[in-house]
Amino acid sequence: MKGSQKPHGAPTTRLDARGLLCPLPVIRTQDRVRMLKVGDVLEVVATDPGVLHDIPAWCRVHGHRLLVTEQRADDFRFHIEVA
Amino acid sequence: MRNETVNVPKRAAALISGGLDSMLAAKVVLDQGVDVEGINFFTGFCVEGHTHAIRKRGRSREKRNNALWVAEQLGIKLHIVDVIDEYKDIVLNPKHGYGANLNPCLDCKIFMVNKALTQDVLDRGFDFVITGEVIGQRPKSQRADTMPVIARESGAGDRLLRPLCALNLPPTLPEREGWVDRDQLFGFHGRDRKPQMALAESFGFSDYAQPAGGCCFLTDERYAGKLADLWDARGVRDYDFDDIMLLKVGRHIRPAPHYKLIVGREEGENNFLAGYRRRFVHLDTVSHTGPLTLIDGEPTDADLVLAARIAARYSQGRTAAEVSVNVHRPSGVSAELRVAPMLPTELNPAWHVGG
Ligand code: SF4
Repeated sequence: MKGSQKPHGAPTTRLDARGLLCPLPVIRTQDRVRMLKVGDVLEVVATDPGVLHDIPAWCRVHGHRLLVTEQRADDFRFHIEVA
Repeated sequence: MRNETVNVPKRAAALISGGLDSMLAAKVVLDQGVDVEGINFFTGFCVEGHTHAIRKRGRSREKRNNALWVAEQLGIKLHIVDVIDEYKDIVLNPKHGYGANLNPCLDCKIFMVNKALTQDVLDRGFDFVITGEVIGQRPKSQRADTMPVIARESGAGDRLLRPLCALNLPPTLPEREGWVDRDQLFGFHGRDRKPQMALAESFGFSDYAQPAGGCCFLTDERYAGKLADLWDARGVRDYDFDDIMLLKVGRHIRPAPHYKLIVGREEGENNFLAGYRRRFVHLDTVSHTGPLTLIDGEPTDADLVLAARIAARYSQGRTAAEVSVNVHRPSGVSAELRVAPMLPTELNPAWHVGG
């Protein structure tokens, strides 16, 4: 059904990694991405400032596309498109 | 382990700690056309990552994960594996004992090589495992007589290749089968780091991490002292993830066997400790700026007065006649104490856990 399709780049699934310290947010992201299909978009929310470095580095290493990096008042938000 | 197939590039799992040696070992094999993927194990004791995030003073430095950085430099994939639970048995019951502190390096290496070989993170297994070990580099785990023990007890046997010291060891399967060219491997030996640094330079590597002690907190004397104290105080050799994280943070002060204080040393630590407020009795100073202090154990009311005096001693009111300290219980009940900050001479140096 057309109406139920997600717009391109909209997250298909979410991961709450708030309160976890690095490298746990990356490990949880990696484990979740392993369960997803190519083209799926995962939203990750985390609070450890280390993710600002680790999540983009992890995406580069594995070839996933980082669509969104957002620094919010209390946390950080990423959208990762699985490659 | 996967089936042998002719003409398919062989696949190797490289243990990547984030340090130079494992980086070089992976690079040497990668340059021979082998399909190398990195594996990094998160035991909970790793020096990496989160400790920079907790302590504010690390913030001026870039908070990079060195294992990811190495993978990016080499252009290989990196799988970071959470082994916190399984690793407990290695720390608590190491068959081969501990090194200088509570570091079970030999059992740890055996565990990691075995895990790397049997990793099913990918649908295909690996043909062999690479480590950055160098004979004679570390007194406990990297000796001529421990190398075969790791190979044998990990189950890797001759599928374990140490490219940096391979020439000092009998040829392994990857060498005998021609998957890697033995002539392009090395015969490093001992504690001298110059050969590794020269090799790093030849590859154009700079800015690599050089951890002083080892790859984890278990090699740290103070940390090991705090862990041993935890086991003594509880009368049982056990820990959970929060225990080992809290041992990395704050001053640990034990005035009596049945309770200890964890006093934040700066804002980053206070914020981290604040995450545990609902699980511990905790103190904060009201009249003066001061640390957040958690109390681990079963303090009496008299103990809490003493604890409040210690907390006051680490506040801005340390020289004041009186400091107000709020005592909060996990139940939500709070009470204010007015105490005289403890004098430095009253604070028994033996109370400082881990020295
Ligand atoms: S230093 Fe720690 S991580 Fe490294 S081998 Fe020893 S026990 Fe294992």
